[in-house]
Amino acid sequence: MRELAYLAVLLACVLGTLPLEFVLHAKVYRRWQRAVVAILPVAAVFLTWDYLATRAGWWHFDRSYLTGVFAGPLPLEELLFFLVIPVCGLLTFEAVRHLRPEWARGSVLAARRAPPSVSSPRATGDGS
Amino acid sequence: MIDYGYTGGSLLAILVAVAVDLWVLRTRLLRTRLFWATYAIVVFFQLIVNGVLTGLGIVQYDPRVMLGIRLAYAPIEDLGFGFGLVTLTLVLWAWLETRRGPGGAAAATGATTTEAAPSKGNTTEPMTHQGQDRRT
Repeated sequence: MRELAYLAVLLACVLGTLPLEFVLHAKVYRRWQRAVVAILPVAAVFLTWDYLATRAGWWHFDRSYLTGVFAGPLPLEELLFFLVIPVCGLLTFEAVRHLRPEWARGSVLAARRAPPSVSSPRATGDGS
Repeated sequence: MIDYGYTGGSLLAILVAVAVDLWVLRTRLLRTRLFWATYAIVVFFQLIVNGVLTGLGIVQYDPRVMLGIRLAYAPIEDLGFGFGLVTLTLVLWAWLETRRGPGGAAAATGATTTEAAPSKGNTTEPMTHQGQDRRT
């Protein structure tokens, strides 16, 4: 069972955030194509970093906690980490946004939910 | 082995994320309560997850590449790494929403229903990405 530890941590992340999709209407999985396009480029960069750092010995993995499936020096779990954690981040973001749409004020997302009656100057402050 | 390499990389990740959000893609999420509320939640759980990963020793670090300051077992540099990872993903996600061209205005009213229908422009590329993902 010990070799499932890292995988179990990731699974806990997936299951723990899953209610956000439905209960708080995050709709990240429903918009999976956009999620894939948002996640993969960033994951590629961080995985490259992770790969180089692992190869250079900055950190290493205790194999007794891993399933044993490897892609080069990186365990399968580590690859999944860079998909699971961003998904959790997106779910959290969209859940908070669903609860407090006005909190997007100041960003490019502000105008999308609120009509032009947004009176706060922050979103339009740069006069673009 | 680069001394403090992880420390430098961690700072770089923060700087890149900030630069992309504020100046490159101009999504400006960092100026919103929405982002910081999200990040507060994310960082709380990150400390737990990283605490488990490093506390159990699933991931072990070379002390030479980092400062040696630890938060819940994990090196403080993990915070920058996580901030960059999550922030850049959120920035791209937000940018994709605004980038939907002339349909953007329509999407403002019916954003969720539009998004849910997988028949819009961006369908082919993600598919290939996913295919590649399965490879590893």
